[in-house]
Amino acid sequence: MPQVQVAIITHREAIMSETSSLRPPLVTGNKSLTDVTNDICAPMERRPNGLWWIAFLISLSLLILGIVAVWYQIVTGIGTWGLNKTIGWGFDITNFVFWVGIGHAGTLISAVLFLFRQKWRTAVNRSAEAMTLFAVMCAGIFPLIHMGRTWLAYWMLPYPNTRGSLWVNFKSPLLWDVFAISTYLLISAVFWYVGLIPDLATVRDRAKPGLRKKVFSFFSLGWNGSVRTWNRYETVYMLLAGLATPLVFSVHTIVSMDFATSVIPGWHTTIFPPYFVAGAIFSGLAMVLTLMIIARKVMNLENYVTPTHIERMSLLMLSMGCIVGLAYGTEFFMAAYSGNPYEQFVFKNRALGPMSWAYWTMVSCNVFVPQLLWFKFVRRCLPLVFVIAILVNVGMWFERFVIIVSSLHRDFLPSSWSSYIPSLVEIATFVGSFGLFFTCFLLFCRIAPAIAIAEVKGAASLPKQDDQRSVNVESAA
Amino acid sequence: MSRRVLLATFSHENDLLNAVAAVRERGIKIVDAYTPYAVHGLERAMGLKHSRLTWVCFICGMVGALGMLAFEHWTAAIAWPINVGGKPWNSLPSDVPVAFEAAVLLAGFGSVFALFAVSRLFPGKSADVIHPNSSDDRFVLVMDESNASFDTASVEAMLKSFDVVETEERILSGAGQS
Repeated sequence: MPQVQVAIITHREAIMSETSSLRPPLVTGNKSLTDVTNDICAPMERRPNGLWWIAFLISLSLLILGIVAVWYQIVTGIGTWGLNKTIGWGFDITNFVFWVGIGHAGTLISAVLFLFRQKWRTAVNRSAEAMTLFAVMCAGIFPLIHMGRTWLAYWMLPYPNTRGSLWVNFKSPLLWDVFAISTYLLISAVFWYVGLIPDLATVRDRAKPGLRKKVFSFFSLGWNGSVRTWNRYETVYMLLAGLATPLVFSVHTIVSMDFATSVIPGWHTTIFPPYFVAGAIFSGLAMVLTLMIIARKVMNLENYVTPTHIERMSLLMLSMGCIVGLAYGTEFFMAAYSGNPYEQFVFKNRALGPMSWAYWTMVSCNVFVPQLLWFKFVRRCLPLVFVIAILVNVGMWFERFVIIVSSLHRDFLPSSWSSYIPSLVEIATFVGSFGLFFTCFLLFCRIAPAIAIAEVKGAASLPKQDDQRSVNVESAA
Repeated sequence: MSRRVLLATFSHENDLLNAVAAVRERGIKIVDAYTPYAVHGLERAMGLKHSRLTWVCFICGMVGALGMLAFEHWTAAIAWPINVGGKPWNSLPSDVPVAFEAAVLLAGFGSVFALFAVSRLFPGKSADVIHPNSSDDRFVLVMDESNASFDTASVEAMLKSFDVVETEERILSGAGQS
């Protein structure tokens, strides 16, 4: 009987503890709480290495190229783009949707997985949230320059004006987008900052007196880890997660309505909201994987972002990829079933027309390649996951390109059929947006803890360290 | 107002949790506890009430949603009605997305600023750090010693059974700690 009891207790302890043999540990390497603090703070406390400088200088050069390109097209006008009367949306909106989508995985990891009590998210949520913030910044640039007269962008806001007051059109999905994207940017920024406060306090308490301590004191808002503050903080964090979850679904739903509420064949479908949301999370996960596989190596965080984390994200990416694949199939079925010749033509033209290369790039990268992730050895082979993630990024960019350009280039009237070649200015702007993204991300890795220290400590249930007394008791017994 | 307190420092969350339960059983008043991360179950062990910030969030969200719906109705149907694609001037379904975004925005900012206000967190505030490692690996329990029946020696002896790392008597000044 006692043996049975012992077995039950051991089993229960094993289930309760994340460090059990039933579940792989969240933090490997037998770390203590101080080790966690030291390891995560180390990259931001030592001088950047050569690799960081190379990456930073490349990103900064691309950013400067982008700034020059944006300046040129604002001064000259958007006639510098390769658009024409038939194809009125090209690189600009493709890149906008691409970047908004990248952001979505950050919110998925930080908010949705938080609500589902997925403890492994703590290793990646900080950098994924930072990624969200930077991706939405990149996305915001494109509609702004797409307006042509960027200096009048504030006309999109409903404010009393001397034109009537003529108010904005609240019935237009494009205006919904203005509110959705700005709310998303602001809430993501707040969520990220609120999550950072306890860690900023940790860095403050470690810092030697000087400028660094002053800066971190300023931004950590006098946080001292009082249990009363923690209690309220946890409540607010939960509320923000609960708000961000429907927000992330609303944002890409509204982005998809920019298309779905128009009457263009290929756009005018009810499947767009779920299809866009799944695609967004898919592309975002690919970007998180791309960044984290590099960052864990460069920043010596292999014990925190373990192959188990990569595997779980790969599984999420695989499931999203399957939803996206299903959506591609459903679109074709609905086109065939609709009996609408224009709708049928658009889809036949997508797969077999002059832009079929883009379509098949998209299908190969988003549907075929991720199927490799069904195999465990692929999911645990980081170089392979890295390559798959890059291909998914490429595929998801092409998805937006296909939806926008291939639907527009052959419209109702064959005499107005056209084709689209992006101009150098558009390509430079696109490349520049990557420059902005990576410059911000590299700076973030230097100035803030790239992993949520307090959350990792809370989730990992680290074993008690230096427990001399109990060891002595055992040896005495 | 200053008061005499006993600080007990632990190195593991379970030690703190067990100590809190034992200390409360003895009827000793706990001033506060300081932890490097949110220790689950600690607020319950200390008998703290649920935060009422959820109500702030709800009210701000409702203000955002209803305020934006009213504003959309006023601009589109009253101040300057415009016929957009033959839709009714006051087309409620098309007002929903922006009202939802306004609700989320106000609810999010409202609850965060309410947290800052009730916890007195503001940029540049100098933190009352209770222990140099309380944001790293130490869990600090602060007990009120002002009660005449408080027997420091016996409390320290009891805390030893919870693997206390160190104890220290201190005088806290100001009412900010409670």
